[in-house]
Amino acid sequence: MLFVELLVQGLLQGSIYGLIAVGLTLVYGLLRILHVAHAGLFTLGGYICVILTNQTGSFLLAVLASMLLVGITGMLIYRICYQPILDQPPFVPLIASIGLFIAMEELFRIFFGAYGLSFTELPLQEPLPFLQVSLKQAEWLTMLMSVGFVAILAFLANRTKLGLAWKATVTDPEIASSFGVDIIQVRYLNFFIGSSLAAASGCMMAVLNNLVEPTMGSVPSYKMLAIIVLGGLGNVRGTLIAAILLGIIESYGTIYLDDLLDRDSIAFVFLIIALMIRPQGLFQRT
Amino acid sequence: MMAYEISLLIVMGISITAGLSLNLITGFCGQISLGHAAFMGIGAYTSALMTKNGLPFFPSLAAGMLTAGIAGIFVGLCSLRVRHDFLAITTMGVGFLFLGIVRQQDALGGEMGISGIPDPGLGRIGFLLFVMGCAALVVYLSLYMKRSWLGFAFDAVADDEDTAGMLGLDVTQFKLIAFAIGTSLAGLAGGLYAHNIRFIDPDSFGFVESITVLSMVVIGGIGSVWGVVIASAVLSVLPLWFQFIEDYKLLVYGLLLFSVMRFSPGGLSALCFNIFSFFRKKLT
Repeated sequence: MLFVELLVQGLLQGSIYGLIAVGLTLVYGLLRILHVAHAGLFTLGGYICVILTNQTGSFLLAVLASMLLVGITGMLIYRICYQPILDQPPFVPLIASIGLFIAMEELFRIFFGAYGLSFTELPLQEPLPFLQVSLKQAEWLTMLMSVGFVAILAFLANRTKLGLAWKATVTDPEIASSFGVDIIQVRYLNFFIGSSLAAASGCMMAVLNNLVEPTMGSVPSYKMLAIIVLGGLGNVRGTLIAAILLGIIESYGTIYLDDLLDRDSIAFVFLIIALMIRPQGLFQRT
Repeated sequence: MMAYEISLLIVMGISITAGLSLNLITGFCGQISLGHAAFMGIGAYTSALMTKNGLPFFPSLAAGMLTAGIAGIFVGLCSLRVRHDFLAITTMGVGFLFLGIVRQQDALGGEMGISGIPDPGLGRIGFLLFVMGCAALVVYLSLYMKRSWLGFAFDAVADDEDTAGMLGLDVTQFKLIAFAIGTSLAGLAGGLYAHNIRFIDPDSFGFVESITVLSMVVIGGIGSVWGVVIASAVLSVLPLWFQFIEDYKLLVYGLLLFSVMRFSPGGLSALCFNIFSFFRKKLT
């Protein structure tokens, strides 16, 4: 059963990676910013979720509020931080973003303490067996959420006018705006959706570990960059597939490759191999 | 001089060497690297293991430079395949790969690192002079290269490698040269670091260190030699000056990085230039 268990663990970890990386790939696809502070929003989402659940007793309410608040924070970050430096070479927003991420981590530590917070009563813990695999509700929900959100995004992108405007802006902002698309609004919306996905991911991470801490974003902050590259920068479906693949590879890798490498560098071995074979990423940009 | 000032100056000299070594790759040749600390790490581990096994200091330092340079050529080969953002992430990956390998190897000290690295035997003042000498040499080399034929070729590659290639420049060769020189100088900085602190562990060469070196280059003004020297000197001692705000040290550092990029994306050298031309306009 070890084989199946590892697979399930990998899928679970991959879903978390997927949720956070899909948000990032949206931002990258539109603005070409390597938005490291995205991981700070992930942590913020986790904190809001734990605090609100402890205050109100409702996990659902906390998740929704967290997604809304973090989404708005993401829009503010775009307005205050990125918009003025969009025309600079790519390392300028990258370093600004890294600085912002360091500052965010420190703010969490100063406001909420270095040891993190936990739920007073951990929600979604009933086991739900399905096809011999017994997982907790929270674990099922995490996987459902990552697939669900990507399905919703795909629907929005392919079936609505809004999605059309978004795709047009990604392809060519100038022509899109000459056809009457309000690019600024599309960018805000993009940041809102991307950031609230990071928040959702942070909430699920908080439930799975029953812990939020100031440094919980530091591993995702770089791993999600590897994932969006593997997924073919800006490709939502490719990103989800890459995230889940990486989750599974990591979960087997920790067992079989442990003498050679530690868990967190496995992602980068595959990244480097994949990029040397296919410099444009595993999945073409669509 | 007081012992404290001496160690401060040594740290400054090492940072200047590290900052300029990255400036050669990122500033002159336009190849971004987010894993520069890994090369410092390779230099540090090689030289530390050698001096610990009884070999003399100077040959060990040279061997550290050599291994770092060889590793740099391999990463340079990657830069032929991927560009821009992809290269940034590939080099970041190289950084993590280095950490991941070092962490799991008992021969390299694993998580515990290497302690008890022998003193280079120059005395504190002697070591300071040696570090400063290295830094001065690297400054001279950078200034010289910038004006040389090689520097112009780097400039062309940085600006637009396709055009440079069409004009008959061997882009491949120049990129590899930039990586080889830059990373072996990083190996030098790493070796000096190891023999200054006399203790190294994987975390001394992590992602944060790579970012710190990159921020020295970017804050100083990418490609500007004196800008990078000043930024490296200031940023390396900033955490020590900020001791009095202890808990808020990293917060201030993060906000500083962010604000420089947000308000003066060209770094300090662009800022000085703007202030200078502003006053000149006022006067005339």
